[in-house]
Amino acid sequence: MKARTLFDKLWDSHVVKQLPNGTALLYIDRHLIHEVTSPQAFDGLRLAGRKIHSPEAMMAVIDHNVPTTDRNQPIEEGESRHQIEVLEKNVKEFGVPFIPLKSERQGIVHVVGPEEGITLPGMTIVCGDSHTSTHGAFGSLAFGIGTSEVEHVMATQTLLQKPAKNLKINIEGNLKPGVSAKDIILAVIGKIGTAGGTEYVIEFIGSVVRNLDMAGRMTLCNMAIEAGARAGIIAPDEVTFEYVKGRPFSPKGKDFDEAVVYWKSLASDEGAYYDKIIEINVNNLEPMVTWGTSPEDVISIQGKVPDPENLKDESQRKRKKRMLDYMDLKAGQPIAGTKIDAVFIGSCTNSRIEDFRAAAHILKGQKIADHIWGLAVPGSGLVKKQAESEGLDKIFKDAGFEWRESGCSMCLAMNPDRLEPGQRCASTSNRNFEGRQGPGSRTHLVSPAMAAAAAIKGELTDVREMI
Amino acid sequence: MRKFDSLTAIAASLPEENIDTDKIIPARFLKTIKRSGLGKFAFYSWRYDDAGNERKDFVLNREPYRKAEILISYENFGCGSSREHAPWALLDFGIRCVIAPSFADIFYNNAFKNGILPIKLSREICEQLVEDTKMGANARITVDLVHQEITRPDGEKIEFEIDLLRRQLLLEGLDDIGQTMQYVHSIENFEKKRKEKQPWFPEIKIEKLLS
Ligand code: SF4
Repeated sequence: MKARTLFDKLWDSHVVKQLPNGTALLYIDRHLIHEVTSPQAFDGLRLAGRKIHSPEAMMAVIDHNVPTTDRNQPIEEGESRHQIEVLEKNVKEFGVPFIPLKSERQGIVHVVGPEEGITLPGMTIVCGDSHTSTHGAFGSLAFGIGTSEVEHVMATQTLLQKPAKNLKINIEGNLKPGVSAKDIILAVIGKIGTAGGTEYVIEFIGSVVRNLDMAGRMTLCNMAIEAGARAGIIAPDEVTFEYVKGRPFSPKGKDFDEAVVYWKSLASDEGAYYDKIIEINVNNLEPMVTWGTSPEDVISIQGKVPDPENLKDESQRKRKKRMLDYMDLKAGQPIAGTKIDAVFIGSCTNSRIEDFRAAAHILKGQKIADHIWGLAVPGSGLVKKQAESEGLDKIFKDAGFEWRESGCSMCLAMNPDRLEPGQRCASTSNRNFEGRQGPGSRTHLVSPAMAAAAAIKGELTDVREMI
Repeated sequence: MRKFDSLTAIAASLPEENIDTDKIIPARFLKTIKRSGLGKFAFYSWRYDDAGNERKDFVLNREPYRKAEILISYENFGCGSSREHAPWALLDFGIRCVIAPSFADIFYNNAFKNGILPIKLSREICEQLVEDTKMGANARITVDLVHQEITRPDGEKIEFEIDLLRRQLLLEGLDDIGQTMQYVHSIENFEKKRKEKQPWFPEIKIEKLLS
């Protein structure tokens, strides 16, 4: 049999029917939904008198626009409240498994899925949210879809898809202390650009990936989408199996052993064909920070803001100049020492227990600078609970952080957590687009440890000087 | 999606060029989380005065045109935004067919997706049809998609052209989902085989999530 990649195997095992024009009808194992991109899809079903094909393949949760303050208070913002009420009504009417807002298991959909064991290896997983790629860390084909596709999956449990090309990113070397998965993926995006992965599914491979825990692997796959890829995937191994074992929806006992046998067969075969291969060595990798308004505008914390004048392409030059204006930075200035106003530790990229441990490690016994607004937002109620049982909340609060309820929060500022125009934030999220954290906001993407260090110093700084 | 084969209904006319999606439904009504119920906002600025009362002189507020299912208009109907709210609003109002000399591309596609038949006919014919719509209770036109012809109130027949695949989908009432549902056997087969091969594959149980 022909040697196949992990992606090839995931694809082949889900093709329901090959259609004439190269498109395939692909079976979808898991469909996660949230309050923002689902209402019109439910409405479409209702209008057409359709049912949901497999409610037992779905999970609904509220995350995008929930306030992260006291859950017992009514939600003030009218539109948010309305979207939430509509989701609650829809899941009831259509019989969709749902985690209520007040449940301690509520959280960001991409944190909750894995946490519950709803995300397992070998699956196809979709959600009306681009960072669905996160679930690829388990060796599943996971990608974001639009509202009309949400409806299509609800009604048919399938999607019309064309196969992607295979891109292998082989990551070797030894990570230095203070350097994390976030720095790796930022460096990858910096190297290949935000369009570098277009048409590809990226498979992350290599000793560095094998040594990452699941949180780190999820961080990698989460941001594969920022490199333009359709998805990011990592072959499941013992680390994966250990993580999923015993989760509420993971198979139990003999079933689990059987599942593992199957999951082990998913890794790419020796000699499988990749359309493109990129080698990354992390021996000299330093903590990374973005300076512009696209995740590819990234440099080492020891670096200087690049000069757009050096760019040959006229439109690129203009674009980057505009970015510098927007970010209020000067070409050639060292990025370290840039004063910030806020620090956000959260989002589906970096809001798992491991991320809070990494940040707490830096914050322990320290105080954040007086002028800093520090916001710590766990990815789920369970992460929050775990952190509290380890005393991490106390470290954060003592340092001067606000310790909040879970949600997307200031990753996209759809809820009341947002920056004022012109404010600058070191953020562990995944997008630094103009206005992402509030109109006129300025975002620097960093790792959790780097965010903690920035909070203490009140400016962007090299976390390695604090460990 | 509802099937469209043959429709005999009251026709109303909006004899203007460039009726844009904002005219069909103003942007301020797009924040909705629904796609049904938009009919009451259709042609809002024409249908209602500033106080929100119906304007008696607007054609779609008068009998029998309140029940119009066919709309005659002029060039470039549906220009403007790409959102699907425009066909949603028309459909919810009750319009199943729009006849005009030309349409904006995206609207044209979106119309088919939502079961509305857009028909392109020359300006001259459209002007004649506009005259037909002035006949009150007799302003009834038949649109026959099977034979690709329109029958005017006086019995005269007019042929029209349409893409064969799109015609087929409308005749069968198939949208993208409907098309996929043709393969429901393949999907069920897939599920059956998987149950055999991977009996351990877990389902998500509501009770387990609530506990
Ligand atoms: S945390 Fe941010 S990126 Fe992740 S799902 Fe929420 S809004 Fe999307």
